[in-house]
Amino acid sequence: MATHFVIDGLKAAIEGKEILKGINLEIKGGEIHAIMGPNGTGKSTLASALMGHPKYEVTEGSAFLDGEDLLEMGVDERARAGLFLAMQYPSEIPGVTNSDFLRSAINARREEGSEISLIKFIRQMEGKMKALEMNPEFAHRYLNEGFSGGEKKRNEILQMTLLDPKIVVLDEIDSGLDIDALKIVSKGVNEMRSEDRGFLIITHYQRLLNYITPDFVHVMMQGRIVKSGGPELAERLENEGYDWVKEELGIVDETVGQA
Amino acid sequence: MSTQLSTPTDRQSAEALSRSKNEPNWLVDLRGEAAELAGTLEWPKPEKVKIERWNLIAVGSYDQAAPANAITDLPEVVRELVAEGTENLVIQQNSSPVWTQLSAELAAKGVIFTDLETACKEHGDLVKPYLFQAVAKDEDKLTALHAALWNGGVFVYVPRNIEVEIPLQAILFNTKAEASFAPHIVIVAESNSRVTYVDYVVTEPGAVTEPFVYHSVVEVYVKSGAHVRFGSIHHLGGSGVDLTVRRAIIENDGVMEWVLGDLSDGSTLSDTKSVLKGNGSQSDAKVISIGKNAQQMSLTTQAVHFGLRSDSNMVTRAVMKDSASAIINGITKIEKGATKANGVQTEKVLMLSPKARGDANPILLIDEDDVTAGHAASVGQVNPEQVYYLMSRGISKQNAERLVIYGFLAPVVSEIPIDAVREQLEKLLVRKLEG
Repeated sequence: MATHFVIDGLKAAIEGKEILKGINLEIKGGEIHAIMGPNGTGKSTLASALMGHPKYEVTEGSAFLDGEDLLEMGVDERARAGLFLAMQYPSEIPGVTNSDFLRSAINARREEGSEISLIKFIRQMEGKMKALEMNPEFAHRYLNEGFSGGEKKRNEILQMTLLDPKIVVLDEIDSGLDIDALKIVSKGVNEMRSEDRGFLIITHYQRLLNYITPDFVHVMMQGRIVKSGGPELAERLENEGYDWVKEELGIVDETVGQA
Repeated sequence: MSTQLSTPTDRQSAEALSRSKNEPNWLVDLRGEAAELAGTLEWPKPEKVKIERWNLIAVGSYDQAAPANAITDLPEVVRELVAEGTENLVIQQNSSPVWTQLSAELAAKGVIFTDLETACKEHGDLVKPYLFQAVAKDEDKLTALHAALWNGGVFVYVPRNIEVEIPLQAILFNTKAEASFAPHIVIVAESNSRVTYVDYVVTEPGAVTEPFVYHSVVEVYVKSGAHVRFGSIHHLGGSGVDLTVRRAIIENDGVMEWVLGDLSDGSTLSDTKSVLKGNGSQSDAKVISIGKNAQQMSLTTQAVHFGLRSDSNMVTRAVMKDSASAIINGITKIEKGATKANGVQTEKVLMLSPKARGDANPILLIDEDDVTAGHAASVGQVNPEQVYYLMSRGISKQNAERLVIYGFLAPVVSEIPIDAVREQLEKLLVRKLEG
């Protein structure tokens, strides 16, 4: 079955404050969607709510991946169902090596007794690391500990390539990346494009979209998607900023849930 | 409580026991004096733990076990700890040695490795100048009581310039609560010698359900330029009290390494001190501990600097489950005149349950200006952000927490320089964390 991801009327709150005010979005396998918008409009909340971050409470709406209700699942089940979130601020986990972590993540998708062999795993990991121009030493370093911002982002992409998800959410993957790293990360994403995989790219800069061409662009303000279009929308936002959108829609303050 | 009740020995009975074992007169006298002191001295008072509330009376009576004819005669808990093919092994069962073995090669080099009772008889001149010198018998009721009642034990002597490559191994185990279990360990490493000593202190599983007290004192003498590695894993049964005092005196350019796994299941007092007496002396202590059920622990590491440019590093990591509690003290003391000394310590506690308690007390006492010192301490629970991150990759909650917990211990465990100790420790960690 071709990948089909449907978010319907999603509302979410943090500490009782409603941030998402009804998100509707449909992503099919092979499509790349970009969500753009200024800071504080709820973009990252959407990513966290979909993944099931314990601080975010979904108050209404649904998210179905290939007919399965994601919001009924635990965080780990959502991941195993095919959702992958490349995080804006990946956690550092001292004492757990990157390779032990990756192997645990791969084996979590396999039946007991059919775990990936060590040799096969190492071969896979080393190949993907090479493609992302990562120093092989990173396999043996503790997970994200002491990684620079760019190294953490590359490590997120490494996980994505190894875990072969159906729906990939990239949350501000471009923040903290210099242009060379941005190119490598974009290449990693582009190589993962396929008919059975959909992408949701969250960013507030257009520059990432120079390297990863989206099929659809959505603008988020006040916890809603307020405008959708094709790649030309991203270009106009880059050239003219967001003010024209606000004007067009009569929005004064685009943020949501700010004190 | 009257003095007699709180002191389970007296001069007469201590001396009588000593004589009955044909111990030399100087040792009979030492035990008699100590027994008398035990009647007047107070129990040690570690920070925030009232050990007097523990059952300290159940020290048991001397119980001589029959020597083993073969390792295969010993219980499984012992057999699985014996390093494969080792020729250097001392085993104590309850109050007495049941196995002592030293390779001909090391014996020919003048190395002594035997139980301490035998050493007192056969090498009295060598033992006497060291016995109860690093730890004085009159420090407190515990050291006095131990001096009066210690049994079995281990004596290691490494002559000048001799390097012992293979770890010397001791296994100290008990099989009944009523038996006195009180090994005393003395290690003397002469100038420029090198030795690794590893011991395991265990209870035969299921065999001991009544209260017992294990009391032990370790004295290590690191002479100029010598290097001693001391590894010890304790896994005594939950009905017991584990009272262990360890001390090393390190001369010029000597190096002392402690690797300790405090994994006993009962109340535990563990106090480990390096006295950096010599210039350029070094000490490194790594301590791993896990507490479970309602167990109480007082874990202290200390470094006292006298020597110029002396260097100490102490790391303790503890995981507390259930309603276990641990008070972890790190004391770095730099005396006046110890210029250019450097002392660093870290204590970290991870609590796995809301009822678990951990307390980390880093203490720096510095009487000299021209030194460097540092400390770090933290007490916390498993970080939910870390668990979320791991789960977001498909790892189950249980496995995510397990990764975080083992990750907490890994930076210390992975640096344990003695392979056999690291492997045993990893095994026991799993058993205690998941048992």
